[in-house]
Amino acid sequence: MRRKLLPATLTEPVRSVLFNRRVVFGIPFLWLLLFFLLPFALVLKISLTSAVMAIPPYEPVFRWVDNTLSVMVNIGNYLFLLSDSLYFAAYWGSVKTAFLATVVCLLIGYPMAYAMARAPKHWQLVLLLMVMLPSWTSFLIRVYAWMGILGNQGLLNSFLMWLGLIDQPLKMLNTNFAVVLGIVYAYLPFMVLPIYTNLVKLDVRLLEAASDLGCRSLTTFWAITLPLSKAGILAGSMLVFIPAVGEFVIPELLGGPDTLMIGKVLWEEFFNNRDWPVASALAIAMLLLLLVPILLFHRFQAREMEKRG
Amino acid sequence: MVKPRSISFSKVMLVLGLLFLYLPMFVLIVYSFNASRLVSVWAGFSTHWYGELFRDEQILSAVWMSLRIAFYSASMAVCLGTLCAFAITRFKKMRGRTLLVSMITAPLVMPEVITGLSLLLLFVQMAQTIGWPVDRGMATIWIAHTTFCSAYVAVVVSARLQEVDRSIEEAAMDLGCTPLKTFFVITLPVIAPALVSGWLLAFTLSLDDLVIASFVSGPGATTLPMVVFSSVRMGVSPKINALATLIILAVSLIAFIAWYLMRRAERKRLQTPDA
Repeated sequence: MRRKLLPATLTEPVRSVLFNRRVVFGIPFLWLLLFFLLPFALVLKISLTSAVMAIPPYEPVFRWVDNTLSVMVNIGNYLFLLSDSLYFAAYWGSVKTAFLATVVCLLIGYPMAYAMARAPKHWQLVLLLMVMLPSWTSFLIRVYAWMGILGNQGLLNSFLMWLGLIDQPLKMLNTNFAVVLGIVYAYLPFMVLPIYTNLVKLDVRLLEAASDLGCRSLTTFWAITLPLSKAGILAGSMLVFIPAVGEFVIPELLGGPDTLMIGKVLWEEFFNNRDWPVASALAIAMLLLLLVPILLFHRFQAREMEKRG
Repeated sequence: MVKPRSISFSKVMLVLGLLFLYLPMFVLIVYSFNASRLVSVWAGFSTHWYGELFRDEQILSAVWMSLRIAFYSASMAVCLGTLCAFAITRFKKMRGRTLLVSMITAPLVMPEVITGLSLLLLFVQMAQTIGWPVDRGMATIWIAHTTFCSAYVAVVVSARLQEVDRSIEEAAMDLGCTPLKTFFVITLPVIAPALVSGWLLAFTLSLDDLVIASFVSGPGATTLPMVVFSSVRMGVSPKINALATLIILAVSLIAFIAWYLMRRAERKRLQTPDA
């Protein structure tokens, strides 16, 4: 708030501003501290315990023994993750799948965003709503829709057989191909939106200048449009890549037995094996893996929220 | 202006992309009216599955549970998210601001399995330390959803707050309005559309969440996504097709109303000469 000289009668509101500021700032701050940051500390703590058959199923880290605080730290869970090649394969599978899906999303999403940003003004709102609408319906149901399409007796196989292109159904459901397709389908709107927001702000005069100076449209695109939309591309890619690495629903519904993804492995460790410490160690390892992408996204988002202001 | 060609690569991609987004949903709608259980066979038009859906007690009670959680979560998330947006856009020099920005942007991309696991561990720890929550269920899902929905609300509201003309607020305060009154008389009406869209976004996010709710829920609370998930795990189910159709119709209707209102507001703004 702008500082200014105030007559004596106005000191009361000024004091209430200060009070309000602390409250306005403090409430969300404390809420997020308690329900977002503190839980991560707990995940770290539990990842350093060992599993026991009890409720809750892990040993306490801090214990009072003869009036002294004893600290039990167990790095066995991490060693276990390193020793079992399943976990490494799951991490690698997640990164590979998420990366591939991000690239495909970018290749489809960028031209879409470009066409939207160039569309007449009254069309833009409609197109924007059309891109966003699927993400407002149910994520689960949109993934489920592909089960009916890709299955052995699904729509796509029946169609291809009717055309006579194949005489045996192609195995598409429960493959890695289906997982990538599912991620692309579910996350495409998250790629299109940031790129569109970025492209629509692009100064058209730059493009006009380039074309006046004899630049071909493709050269203009490579030299001006693409570099200027870097921030949108980055934000969109992070919005697809980071959640896709930890995705559970898509590999569970569309993937097969050989689909190894870390979100699914974590889920199984937690719900099927009831091994909370190993699940926590997996979560910490996933966070470390995603630290750089999350920081990249954070820098972009913080700038977005601070602009103008 | 760069001369637009009538048919360009990007336009073709836009049409194909939209077809890609909408065809699978269209398939669901068509097959919800299929009399046969199988996807590959069209056995004639029937509303049989809708009847089955409305007789399914488990689904109906899950719908009611999900709607209530979504309502409470969205309402709380709008309060928290708005406070957060205010703190971020207005108090530039506050200590701890950077941390607040990090904590509000991270949930936007955080993999759900991590958020779900970490919140569950918190609730278990809390139950041990302070004796609450005894049973996990609606309250714990509400807290979890509020937390991640606030992040989305904060983004929507802070974008709008950046466009608010601060001089009007300052004028009101110079004329003796308290900050609280200034907020309700000046700021709130300006950011109201953002609050509505933030609420709707939070509502759909909460309604849709499977992973986080599965972690933090207890035996007492089963939400709609949990029922849908356990049913589709077994394979394609026509009842779920009918449910999907109803969800898609409801969302489309709301989106259409939103579009209509936005277009009307835009036209009005264009008609006012000095806007």
